[in-house]
Amino acid sequence: MITNKDKVQAVEQFAQAVVDIEGRSLWQDARRRFFSNHAAVVSLVILGLITAIALIGPFFSQWQYDDIDWEALSDISVLGHPSMENGHYFGTDTLGRDIFVRTMQGGQISLLVGILGSLVAIVIGTLYGATSGYIGGRVDSVMMRFLEILNSFPFMFFVIILMTLFGRQIFLIFVAIGAISWLDMARIVRGQTLSLKNKEYIEAAYACGVSTPKIILRHIVPNVLGIVVVYATLLVPNMILLESFISFLGLGVQEPMTSWGALISEGAQNMEIAIWQLAWPLGFLVVTLFCFNFLGDGLRDALDPKDR
Amino acid sequence: MLTFISKRILEAIPTLLVLITVSFFLMHSAPGSPFSGERTLPPEVLANINAKYHLDEPVINQFFYYLGGLLQGDLGPSFRYKDFTINELIAQSFPVSAEIGIWSFLVALTIGVGCGVIAALRQNSWIDYSVMGFANLGIVLPNFVLAPLCILVFSIYNQLLPPGGWNGGAWPYLVMPVIAMSTSYIAQIARITRGSMIETMHSNFIRTARAKGLPKHRIIFQHALRPAMLPVISYLGPAFVGIITGSVIVDVYFGTGGIGQHFINGALNRDYSMVMGVTILVGTLTILFNAIVDVLYALIDPKIRY
Repeated sequence: MITNKDKVQAVEQFAQAVVDIEGRSLWQDARRRFFSNHAAVVSLVILGLITAIALIGPFFSQWQYDDIDWEALSDISVLGHPSMENGHYFGTDTLGRDIFVRTMQGGQISLLVGILGSLVAIVIGTLYGATSGYIGGRVDSVMMRFLEILNSFPFMFFVIILMTLFGRQIFLIFVAIGAISWLDMARIVRGQTLSLKNKEYIEAAYACGVSTPKIILRHIVPNVLGIVVVYATLLVPNMILLESFISFLGLGVQEPMTSWGALISEGAQNMEIAIWQLAWPLGFLVVTLFCFNFLGDGLRDALDPKDR
Repeated sequence: MLTFISKRILEAIPTLLVLITVSFFLMHSAPGSPFSGERTLPPEVLANINAKYHLDEPVINQFFYYLGGLLQGDLGPSFRYKDFTINELIAQSFPVSAEIGIWSFLVALTIGVGCGVIAALRQNSWIDYSVMGFANLGIVLPNFVLAPLCILVFSIYNQLLPPGGWNGGAWPYLVMPVIAMSTSYIAQIARITRGSMIETMHSNFIRTARAKGLPKHRIIFQHALRPAMLPVISYLGPAFVGIITGSVIVDVYFGTGGIGQHFINGALNRDYSMVMGVTILVGTLTILFNAIVDVLYALIDPKIRY
């Protein structure tokens, strides 16, 4: 029965076919899952478009972000209305400045803060979490205790104090926002590290005499990167919101530069006479946040090993 | 349980001490002083004022003066509002913030949990889709966007509600602040509840309860809701902090006169004791609330032992 010729042939054919099937790596799998999620792909495209417009858009306007259109200034609610003829595609604000260019310029700042802020959070959070999880023992409990203490600080208030005291520097915003957002990241990375640190390759590295910092940087960190990327994507919209919140309070970027939060705050004050001043930056902000959330959800479904 | 609670309270003390120290020295390391205004005071007057507030002494001495006062429950005099102490100002403004905060919290919790449970029980129906659509929208619409939109819709286009003010907390003055504060939390809580409720409804003990022939409402309220609430409860800590922070926005927009306004003005005017007072108050509340959440967690989940 076993030597039945047909069956042997079938098995051989099958083996041939198996050889022909290419193995799929984890990342290929993830990519396939990601691209089958339409909401996430569309979000990615829209985000790309928004970034491109924010970067290139100002070149297509005859105005600068700090130019004042003295003609429109005389009657904002009529002359400042969005129109193609006078070059104010999105209208002007109450000071006669072009909303289109300002929205683009604000977008640059908001996106920059979102991405750089997340980077700060990722670097601190990943290193802290990986160190704490890998070394373990007393070091771990002290580091986690410290995290818990920080967690019960009203950080938003600290950022506000910082901004009022040391002036409105964009660099400070990155640091402040990044520094308050690494706590969750550190906790997630630590959890991942705990499950990684007993793997054979870590043991092998240890047996070869690789030093602890090197094991953390070369072996632990690359392996937690997947989950870090997912949470970073979800972190970016939070960063943009935080920056907008600070700018809204008038503590963010320095005039005449602007950000979406600052534009919304100005627009809200004049919404009775010039609704476009609120509507455009608000629309851009909401669409961007939406897209980042969908993108993050899509990446999580694609990369998070828990949900498989 | 009691040892756990007392341990949590004891742990709060060093945290608070660190908070006070850091914010004190941060505040005092800043350039400028509360009295360096545009109108310069005569040097003798300035010296007298500085002496009165101990500003002429080293910062470390000032710190101990402050700490000593704090131990007696005295947050010091306001540098900006002469004739007022910080205690008086906070006693005046905190009830406003607390009222808005508590209402927003209750609204967020009831509507959020309700929507989440209904969406989970009718998974993939139009109710589910509309709840999730709303949840996604609520997350991207922050409170500082909702506040002006509310004013635009309810006060300018339709004169239904007063655009601002407090009026002793009459309900028309409460509606818009509560909407602006609670929407994003309703959204988050609904999302979390839906996720954990779906997971719970698929678990074995629910199947057993069904097999026993229990009526549906008893399955939901007695068996499913309790374990499904755990992720929601761990979200309540951050939500509470967010609502306190959000009170800054509400104060700025609706002019309700809560502590948020004092905080921002205090920071801008270098009113050291005002900023310190509000920070300490918020810090204490945050720590207290995190502890309450931990205790609640232990009460609901019998697996957790302290």
